[in-house]
Amino acid sequence: MYSEKVMDHFSNPRNVGEIENADGVGEVGNASCGDIMKIFLKVENGLIKDIKFKTFGCGAAIATSSMVTEMAIGKTLDEALELTNAAVAEALDGLPAQKMHCSNLAADALHEAIKNYQEKQG
Amino acid sequence: MKHIYMDNNATTAVRPEVLEAMLPFFREHFGNPSSVHWAGRAVAGAVEKAREQVAKLVNCSPAEIVFVSCGSEGDNTAILGTADALREKGNHIITTSVEHPAVLETCQFLEKRGYEVTYLPVDKNGMLDLAQLEAAITDKTILISVMWANNETGNLYPIPEIGAIARKYKVRLHTDAVQAVGKVPVDVQAAGVDLLVISGHKLGAPKGVGALYVRRGAKLTRFMHGGHQERNRRAGTHNVPAIVGLGLACELAGREMVEKAAYIKKLRDRLESGIRLAVPEIKLNGHPTERLPNTLNVSFAYIEGESLLLNLDMKGIAASSGSACTSGSLEPSHVLGAMCVEITLAHSSTRFSLGADNTREDVDYVLEVLPPIVQRLREMSPLYNCNQESCVDCTTLARL
Repeated sequence: MYSEKVMDHFSNPRNVGEIENADGVGEVGNASCGDIMKIFLKVENGLIKDIKFKTFGCGAAIATSSMVTEMAIGKTLDEALELTNAAVAEALDGLPAQKMHCSNLAADALHEAIKNYQEKQG
Repeated sequence: MKHIYMDNNATTAVRPEVLEAMLPFFREHFGNPSSVHWAGRAVAGAVEKAREQVAKLVNCSPAEIVFVSCGSEGDNTAILGTADALREKGNHIITTSVEHPAVLETCQFLEKRGYEVTYLPVDKNGMLDLAQLEAAITDKTILISVMWANNETGNLYPIPEIGAIARKYKVRLHTDAVQAVGKVPVDVQAAGVDLLVISGHKLGAPKGVGALYVRRGAKLTRFMHGGHQERNRRAGTHNVPAIVGLGLACELAGREMVEKAAYIKKLRDRLESGIRLAVPEIKLNGHPTERLPNTLNVSFAYIEGESLLLNLDMKGIAASSGSACTSGSLEPSHVLGAMCVEITLAHSSTRFSLGADNTREDVDYVLEVLPPIVQRLREMSPLYNCNQESCVDCTTLARL
């Protein structure tokens, strides 16, 4: 049901964890739908210097979280804001249809983290 | 890789003896049992023998057994057939909130057609309050439908006591016994049941066959139209090899049940106590003792069921989950929901359903592989060690 890339990111997720004193933190999802994603950012000179995630969720939720961190690292905030959930799914060679709407939230979590950073900056 | 199958409530492998007994009925004895000629006669006897074997296991007369294609067909026939046949008497049905969808969705279908349905709640262990059941009966009640054993938790419901209540008020009793038959003793006479459903593939017979027990004299509108088979109770050419297989599987179950149930229970209990020892913060879903001997449903706090299942699968272990992802909807298991299991715990529920093919080595392998997987997923979870006073999920979990 899952592509090889999804299974790769699910079994060896990249950038798992938290960043202490993160510059931005974003959380999306809720317990009732079964997916909660949290993204932590370190920003330097407008670039995403470090990014980590923590996710409660299914295979797709963990794989999209892992993939979005890989896609975002080193990018400018503006570039990162252009990343979409669809682009994350595409980078994973697609997700099963029933996962597209429920577990494909990783880009949203990233955007929330960036927003949180920008708000802190004022 | 080692393959360990602990999903026997989903389906079982066909037993080798059963397959052996079925094979001649594909080529050698291929006839239609409804035909008068030699080819038909050769198989008609086999179908009747299977009927006797099934009847013996549940203690009824062979004429009270109707062969059907699966458990869901049996449940649909029992409920829709009763609703139609007893329409003059009333339009009220009593069932439970933890039934299989084959019962729940059939009842919901009837609600759209003018029937009234009471869905009895369950307590946190998933058990019913029989006083509440009795109080729900009205003069319009035509059917009580309560499963013998729950597929997710393994909970056993007191069908004989419910049968006594049904008799007292002269209300028909249907029980979906798909998970019970072959695992625990089932006696339709002693239990006072009018309609009971058996599924072949849950007890070592193939998929695509089941049986419906209909108490003699119980009026039931047929569900499948088009032929005189099964004494005009169910149309359709008999699935002879599968029926032969179901018959033998029932005979074997009757002979071996006590011994096998004790063996499987020992393994299940070893798994349960092993998980308790090795993994903190787990919750058993279901009744601690009034449960099928093979079923263990546990929630591992902070992690989601599908991600646990996928990890177990990578180690060759087949189990199942009540998480939304595996239920095919956005909601986690309706059974755990009815038991008021906290929502993240419902998403993390994992069911191990053992079988006679499992060994002590299988259980020990699961106990070796499972704890590190749970730990790894927990470390990835934002709910684990989150320690934020404001975190809603943490405060809910802390109350458990």
